[in-house]
Amino acid sequence: MATQSKSEPNRRDFLYFATGAVGAVGAAAVAWPLVDQMNPDASTLALASIELDLSSIEVGQSVTVKWRGKPVFVRRRTASEIEEAKAVPLEDLKDPQSDAERVKEGHEEWLVMIGVCTHLGCIPVGEAGDYKGWFCPCHGSHYDTAGRIRKGPAPENLIVPDYAFLSDTLIKIG
Amino acid sequence: MKRFSKIISAVLLAASTLSAGSAVAAGPSNGPDPVLQDWSFSGIFGKYDPAQLQRGFQVFQEVCSSCHSADLFAFRMLSKKGGTEYTEDQVKAIAAEYTVIDLEIEDGERPAIPADTWPNPFPTPLDAAGANNGVVPPDFSVLAKARNVPQKFPNWIGNYFTAYQEGGADYIYNLLVGYHEEPPHGVELGDGQYYNDHFPGHKISMGPPLSDELVDYEGSAPETVDQYAKDVSAFMMWLAEPDMTARKELGFRVLLFLFLLTGMMYLVKRRLWSNVDH
Amino acid sequence: MAHQSNYKPNSGFEKWMDERLPIIRLGYDSFVDFPSPKNLNYWWTFGAILAIFLVIQIVTGIVLAMSYTPHVDLAFNSVEHIRRDVNWGRYIQAAHANGASFFFFAVYVHIFRGLYYGSYKAPREVLWILGVTIFLLMMATAFMGYVLPWGQMSFWAATVITNFFSAIPVVGDTIKTLLVGGFAVDNPTLNRFFSLHYLLPFMIAGVVGLHIWALHVPGNNNPTGVEVKSKADTVPFHPYLTMKDLFAVMVIMIPFAWFVFFAPDILGHPDNYIPANPLVTPPHIVPEWYFLPFYAILRAIDFNVGPIDSKLGGVIMMFGSIVVWFFVPWLDRSKVRSGAFRPMFKWFYWVWVISFIGLTYLGAQPAEGVYLFFAKLCTAYYFLYFLVILPFLPRVEVTKPLPASISESVLSKSASQAAE
Repeated sequence: MATQSKSEPNRRDFLYFATGAVGAVGAAAVAWPLVDQMNPDASTLALASIELDLSSIEVGQSVTVKWRGKPVFVRRRTASEIEEAKAVPLEDLKDPQSDAERVKEGHEEWLVMIGVCTHLGCIPVGEAGDYKGWFCPCHGSHYDTAGRIRKGPAPENLIVPDYAFLSDTLIKIG
Repeated sequence: MKRFSKIISAVLLAASTLSAGSAVAAGPSNGPDPVLQDWSFSGIFGKYDPAQLQRGFQVFQEVCSSCHSADLFAFRMLSKKGGTEYTEDQVKAIAAEYTVIDLEIEDGERPAIPADTWPNPFPTPLDAAGANNGVVPPDFSVLAKARNVPQKFPNWIGNYFTAYQEGGADYIYNLLVGYHEEPPHGVELGDGQYYNDHFPGHKISMGPPLSDELVDYEGSAPETVDQYAKDVSAFMMWLAEPDMTARKELGFRVLLFLFLLTGMMYLVKRRLWSNVDH
Repeated sequence: MAHQSNYKPNSGFEKWMDERLPIIRLGYDSFVDFPSPKNLNYWWTFGAILAIFLVIQIVTGIVLAMSYTPHVDLAFNSVEHIRRDVNWGRYIQAAHANGASFFFFAVYVHIFRGLYYGSYKAPREVLWILGVTIFLLMMATAFMGYVLPWGQMSFWAATVITNFFSAIPVVGDTIKTLLVGGFAVDNPTLNRFFSLHYLLPFMIAGVVGLHIWALHVPGNNNPTGVEVKSKADTVPFHPYLTMKDLFAVMVIMIPFAWFVFFAPDILGHPDNYIPANPLVTPPHIVPEWYFLPFYAILRAIDFNVGPIDSKLGGVIMMFGSIVVWFFVPWLDRSKVRSGAFRPMFKWFYWVWVISFIGLTYLGAQPAEGVYLFFAKLCTAYYFLYFLVILPFLPRVEVTKPLPASISESVLSKSASQAAE
């Protein structure tokens, strides 16, 4: 036996190398589930997207729904609010975005935004502030009727999440 | 090695003597032995049969769920691969037929969505007991794993090698077909009690829930108590262990890998030690 | 450690490190260069198997604790949530639950190997005592872990086992109330068991460190029981024993994977899938299989002895059955270490193993009739073995001649194999 293995050093080295490689694959296959278990579980992912029926919301009314642990503001804007938002020149804005970019085409009266101030994460108050949009009481950020930052320390407009109209009165957020 | 096998056979002999003694101690057996079924999901290559699970779900919906809760049964599970395999749209439609309690909204209830769990038929356990002869009907979520069929020594030893894990489904099936219209001579039943061959103590507070043609199946499966019992038992096994098919498939791959690596490790070890007297 | 260190720092960094914290030297001396008897058989691989299972239990346990909720209203559902919703949760939970069984299986083999080959004899008494300590910690950890899913068996196991302490005269009930944090097992019990279940494995790891240290001072025992006499008797630990141990670990992983993937619940009791109910005891409560021998001893004592009632007597005998292990190094008076050279001892030893397995079987049966009779018989023999046979057998036993050295024994063995 001893002489035989000495005469074939390459085969022996190959065996050790191959076993090590297979072992490493096994170790990686064990390690991945132990890391991946920290990712959101099935019950969390099941709520990653929600549907919202808009039919009961009147013009000038807002609702707040919880989505992914955060509030989402859904506002059915009045005609004057839309007018106001459209009239603002882009150069006046800290985070320039036109009103059309903040809503879905054909559904201009609906504004859907994550209700978390982009400054430090407080929840702004609706129909308040210098621009009659939202006002964050924590550090005084004023948002307009399209949820854009107009005054105060917040750097960006309120975030519009991924959402889509499934029908005229049903949206899917996320 | 020879010595080892001698020892094992001695142990087995001693144990079988003991079990023979137990049969005497327990007295004559009361009631027939449960009939074990040939489930599609048994054994290491076992898979759930989606058509059967869908029929079982129908029985659960139309019969069982009027009294039994299933708190851990989320509608979303119905579209999982390897299970009932409804489409996501079907699941959405099924969920919408049910109303769930949601204390965060104004009316306190709304139609269910796939992320919701199965609504409890009774608001509190007291209500459940009140409506069911004073006994709370057990929750279905993991019931198929909480029941088993009794097996005599040494039959259960084989279970370790066949990976028999369907005792719960077998128990439920036998229970559902094990009712007697009249209790055997000399058995007194209390109010609202029924005689069942396979219920421990034989006196059960649930009346026979199934009867022929009780549930209308869409396909060609027979509309008999026996078929209903099989289907709903399979469904309950799935409810308790919804990812069994995937688990077994992964297990098979893991075992193949382990055999490969173990074989290679054996060769490595043998090469290494080939020049050492040991 | 005990042997001369042969470590030579290879690089500048290793040299720098060696003068400050010689940890690389420690690792080299302990797990690479460590001279090990070359005649170790496969029973000796269970030490490495145990180390692997300790790691598996700690890693899967830490991961499970990320999704588990120690509250009486939520614990049961949180465990089921892990099984159905958490990514890979079914396998991690199954590995943890079945890992406990494999851990105990391996530790029993490891202990029985020590008992057969006399590994507890001088100069390895401390090594042995540390091992028994690890076993006790394992039992406590496993018991508290079993309570966490808060099923019927969890609850009633907690109730029964904490009631052991109420058997202690005078202060028993006070101690029991202190342990469970109430008048009965409830939320405070679950919370503290979770805390301790997380703590104890790290204490086990610590004692395992001492156990390995105590092993490396005298070195391994071996099947002949003859101490290492020269370098010819040994091989370096790496690669010879590392690769042999790894092979054995892979072999044991096959049945482990079998249980995890194909029969994850077969070793558990179906009643533990019923949420805990303090008002209803299951008709037939049994501990996990690895506690059954001791449970059988507990129940075998159904008679009072003088002032000691049967309850206290059972608890004393049950704890005594493990405490007696601590004294084995001094109870066994044989001058010959390995059972392989003790013709009479072998018989008593194997009868003891069979009676231990018998107690395992009996612990799962109802405590009545023939079962109780056999349990009493096995319990009597269990203690007879340690308290009478080990001390007095050497007076009458004629042992076989010992080989002069490990090498000689190995050579004669291969010569006789060649002759066949």
